[in-house]
Amino acid sequence: MKLTTIICAAAFAAGAANAADVVAPSDASFTEYGEIEQSLTGVPGNPEEGMKVAIDKGLGNCVACHKIAQLPDVPFHGEVGPELSWTGEVRSEAELRGILANAKMMFPDTVMPAFYKTSGFIRPGNGYTGKAAEGDIEPILSAQQIEDVVAFLMTLKES
Amino acid sequence: MNFKALTATIALIAAAPVVALAGGADDDTLVLNGEVEMTTKAAAPAHMADTYVDEIISGWHFRADETQALQMDDFENQGMIFVDDGLATWETVEGSEGKSCASCHESPDSMKGVAATYPKWNEDAGELRTVQMQMNDCRVNRMGAAPWKYDAKVAINVEAMIASQSRGMPVDVQIDGPVKAAWEQGKELYYTRTGILELSCASCHEENYGNYIRADHLSQGQINGFPTYRLKNAKLNGVHSRFKGCVRDTRAETYSPGSEEFIALELYVKSRGNGLSVEGPSVRN
Ligand code: HEC
Ligand code: HEC
Repeated sequence: MKLTTIICAAAFAAGAANAADVVAPSDASFTEYGEIEQSLTGVPGNPEEGMKVAIDKGLGNCVACHKIAQLPDVPFHGEVGPELSWTGEVRSEAELRGILANAKMMFPDTVMPAFYKTSGFIRPGNGYTGKAAEGDIEPILSAQQIEDVVAFLMTLKES
Repeated sequence: MNFKALTATIALIAAAPVVALAGGADDDTLVLNGEVEMTTKAAAPAHMADTYVDEIISGWHFRADETQALQMDDFENQGMIFVDDGLATWETVEGSEGKSCASCHESPDSMKGVAATYPKWNEDAGELRTVQMQMNDCRVNRMGAAPWKYDAKVAINVEAMIASQSRGMPVDVQIDGPVKAAWEQGKELYYTRTGILELSCASCHEENYGNYIRADHLSQGQINGFPTYRLKNAKLNGVHSRFKGCVRDTRAETYSPGSEEFIALELYVKSRGNGLSVEGPSVRN
């Protein structure tokens, strides 16, 4: 077994990617349709974790804008974006990764925020404090959280 | 079946529950105290011809029936308690000149029309003034009293008392002449996508009014009903404080109440309501 494989396997076991393998937001490469073909971490996403990210108000908060029929226990699904209940059937992982990282690459001017982006903001704030951001801006979701949400979205199928 | 057709079919199958959820604006009628019928929907003013919006709608139409009912009766509208406080302040002598608001303006109904036409250009000062700026000008220059902090409780209560004098009158702010530059600045701010979430006022209140964003039913973000009594914090809330809250929710650095930016934005947003009745103090959740 090669050393890198061992590291990868260890990282997978711990559920986190080796920092060196993580594609930084500024390095993510989009196809002309706005897809990102390559995994951002090399570590397969965990749909359970992705579901948590999707409903957490401080993280993805995807349900603020999207209805997800598979989550009937989560109160108040929004209507700003299209329903995601069959996304796993109609979208590819590459499309979803691209949409999550920066939906404007596929849908110009969309209101959907870019979850894996760190520059180009107007008056970026420090979380929800209303104060100016200090230091480097972190993406809203980490690379692995993006992969986790992609994995979760791939499970959304009409049954 | 191509991809588009597939999505469309699925969307059709799923349409029923989604539509059932969608609120939009309701068709209720706002009659104040069983007497004054308010204009809560109107044709969009001419300056909005380049927007998606052809009808302007009061925020009242996006609230639950129970919340709506509270605003229909002054005995139920808790904002009116603060209007009474504002009235008491109106009559209170303060400052080195030994005067109150009432010393110069006499009865509160001399304030009729003010809420409908502010923010307004002040020729002598050569500046655009909100109601609160005008109140502070009176305090400093006529009463010899200290100005109130922007959106301070006492200032909002008096502002609400003043607004209540215009209830039922159509909002009619001037947008050209000397205020043109400020109006343009406000418009620019309205459409600028700020913060880490990159959302503008228009993202929520123009493109998505009528839709739910999580538990919140998005309105057009009109300010004809300000100051608003919010059940959430049980007090009157000022326009600039509301702007600040909305900008903060885009994960942006906000402007401050009383800032040049928010004064300009107030004029612009108010002008998007030209034709709706003044409702302040309204009741919101
Ligand atoms: C502020 C609103 C908002 C938030 C928050 C949001 N989205 Fe979206 N999303 C949209 C809108 C609007 C669209 C439609 C794209 C367009 O504008 O044409 C969209 C489109 C999508 C699509 C493409 C749907 C399709 O198949 O056409 C996916 C997938 C998606 N969003 C997933 C997510 C996930 C996952 C999250 C959270 C991590 C999220 N969105 C958060 C507004 C939002
Ligand atoms: C992320 C979404 C979002 C953005 C962006 C946003 N708002 Fe709001 N706003 C809301 C929600 C939710 C409410 C409460 C429900 C309602 O009245 O729409 C609200 C309420 C308001 C109200 C109160 C309306 C009433 O009838 O009491 C005003 C005024 C307002 N917003 C103005 C603005 C302005 C101006 C901006 C831009 C500086 C802005 N909003 C940006 C979500 C947003």
